[in-house]
Amino acid sequence: MRLDHLPIGQQAKITAIDDAPMAMMVKLREIGFAEDDLVKIVHLGPINKTPLCIQLNQTLVALRRAEAAMIRVDPLS
Amino acid sequence: MSVTELAKPVAGRPAPFRIALVGAPNCGKSTLFNGLTGGRAKVANFPGATVETRAGKFTTQSGHIVELLDLPGFYGMSPRSRDEVIALDMVKGTDGAAPDLLLVLIDAANLRTHLHSVLQLKSFGIQLIISLNMIDLARRDGLKLDIGALERELGVPVVTSQATRKAGREAVSAKLDAILNEGLERRAMPVEKPQSRPVKELQAAARAIIKKTVLAEPIFNQLTRKIDQVVLNPVAGPLILIGILLFMFQAVFAWASLPMDLIEAGISGLGNMVSGFLPDGWLRSLIVDGIIAGVGSVLVFLPQIIILFAFILLLEASGYMARAAFMMDELMARVGLSGRAFIPLLSSFACAIPGIMAARVVENERDRLTTMLIAPLMTCSARLPVYTLIIAAFIPRQSVGFMNLQGIVMFALYMVGVVSAIIVAFVLKRTLTKGQPQPLMMELPSYKMPNARDFFIGLWVRISAFLKRAGTIILGTSIALWFLVSYPSSATALKDSFAGRIGSVLEVILAPIGFNLEIAIALVPGMAAREVAVGALGTVYAVQGGEENVEGLASVLQSAWSLPTALAFLAWYVFAPQCFATLATIRRESNSWKWTAFSFTYLIALAYIAAGVTYHVARWAL
Repeated sequence: MRLDHLPIGQQAKITAIDDAPMAMMVKLREIGFAEDDLVKIVHLGPINKTPLCIQLNQTLVALRRAEAAMIRVDPLS
Repeated sequence: MSVTELAKPVAGRPAPFRIALVGAPNCGKSTLFNGLTGGRAKVANFPGATVETRAGKFTTQSGHIVELLDLPGFYGMSPRSRDEVIALDMVKGTDGAAPDLLLVLIDAANLRTHLHSVLQLKSFGIQLIISLNMIDLARRDGLKLDIGALERELGVPVVTSQATRKAGREAVSAKLDAILNEGLERRAMPVEKPQSRPVKELQAAARAIIKKTVLAEPIFNQLTRKIDQVVLNPVAGPLILIGILLFMFQAVFAWASLPMDLIEAGISGLGNMVSGFLPDGWLRSLIVDGIIAGVGSVLVFLPQIIILFAFILLLEASGYMARAAFMMDELMARVGLSGRAFIPLLSSFACAIPGIMAARVVENERDRLTTMLIAPLMTCSARLPVYTLIIAAFIPRQSVGFMNLQGIVMFALYMVGVVSAIIVAFVLKRTLTKGQPQPLMMELPSYKMPNARDFFIGLWVRISAFLKRAGTIILGTSIALWFLVSYPSSATALKDSFAGRIGSVLEVILAPIGFNLEIAIALVPGMAAREVAVGALGTVYAVQGGEENVEGLASVLQSAWSLPTALAFLAWYVFAPQCFATLATIRRESNSWKWTAFSFTYLIALAYIAAGVTYHVARWAL
């Protein structure tokens, strides 16, 4: 599943960051996104439900939907 | 290879060790910097948050002198924005020598997310010290870790810190001292481009280290979670943001009025005092009418600048500003900008100069340029004395609903600026600064109580920059204006003075938009700095009357100007690029004369059109 499709509040594990241009993947990784880390969408922007406020481990990161779509996740039950 | 030498503490005056503070944004670098150096830092110029690097000195326990560099936060080797490029260049030492040591600060609560950056920084070949900052909060949230094991795994000294407290900084300075006692390799030259493994591998290595050294990970900060549930709520969030902005601008006017009256009284008192013991003549005229009145007309809105910057600093330090940028992002994206542009644009309401510099946080060069080009349209505090004067003179104090007409006009002037900025950005992004939509990647820091020392240092940096401007550009133009209106001494009427001659040329151009000779003259020095026009109008009308201006400038203007002229003058001021310092900043930040010229030209064209339209519509309608 793509991170931008994850329901709000649903905990998930990152499985891959690969569906993106190289420079973008590097940037996503440098800010902290990595395989096996836990993510959850905690807030949405007030207009058009974007950007997404994502809790990555203990950190909050804002991404627009286009960037979130580059991260693949596995929802945890 | 870089040339290095072994520097031991020797008698005499050894060159200070250069230590750079690096880390992700919001991990407490500036707090640690202010704590270690006591805030005695040289700042190249106006900073946004830390968009300009600061350097400060301190002495360690054993007497080593250290020069500490406070760099903008950055995440890795691929900088996203101008300030990250600057930080990375400083680490590499591109314009001279690389630092002798990197003091890497990591928010202890975010260790898992950020540890790979340490592995990246190791590839520079510069000695590192890691400090896990805000360790108290992370431990309270449940972090348990084996620091000895972390040191062994990383092969780098690791200390913990709590930058806000003296005791919390002890471990850092003690470790620095120990390293300097052992003797530290000096770097005389820039480091070579580091060969780092792919980030994916570094992340895997970092996560493996975490597994071995972190016994319990902290839970997410509960205070931050609770505040965000309200502050980022899709309905309540924007209302809170609007409320904060309204409160802020209201406070700028309400709280500043008493100190402004006091300053005004002080300045006129000083003028009278000086008049008392200087003989009548050119020197008294220069000092009283030129310097004291000219610089005083600018100093008077120091309270407004202080209040506005105090709010901005508090919003930034508390962590709220990133939330505001988050909520504004989609709106800004519609005109082709990122939410990050919100911060520089908000600063521009105080002064466009720090705003333009703060545009360095904007991730993309074209977006940064667009932000810099529209920043001068935000109503900066230099326009306020002009707006206040004209509104007081021409707009009746009658109430309209629950507001009064003067307040409505002031608000309208702010809104015209904002709406024009939106339109200009929209047009630019579809023409001159066209480009792909840019990503937003922004960390939202946990909420923190702003640190008093950081707050006052930050405020002082801005105040001193303002005072410096008052003491240079404004002092210079005040003296120049005084000379232009007072000479040649054979001139008996204003129109015969130098200013009158320049003004009468300008008047030809400005007459079609309703400006008279006096306005044209006041705009001559007013081109250097907007607010000078107020003092200039005072001088112009006082000189013209041949006596001291006793009845207040507002009432003089009432009889001298028609209402359409006054409204046209306000419209002109919304747009006119009357600030040398802003243009110089745009030139430096864009590194382009072309864009500086463009900025000046489009703003002056808009000013002319807006004033002309206002004048003729008002004449027709009123």
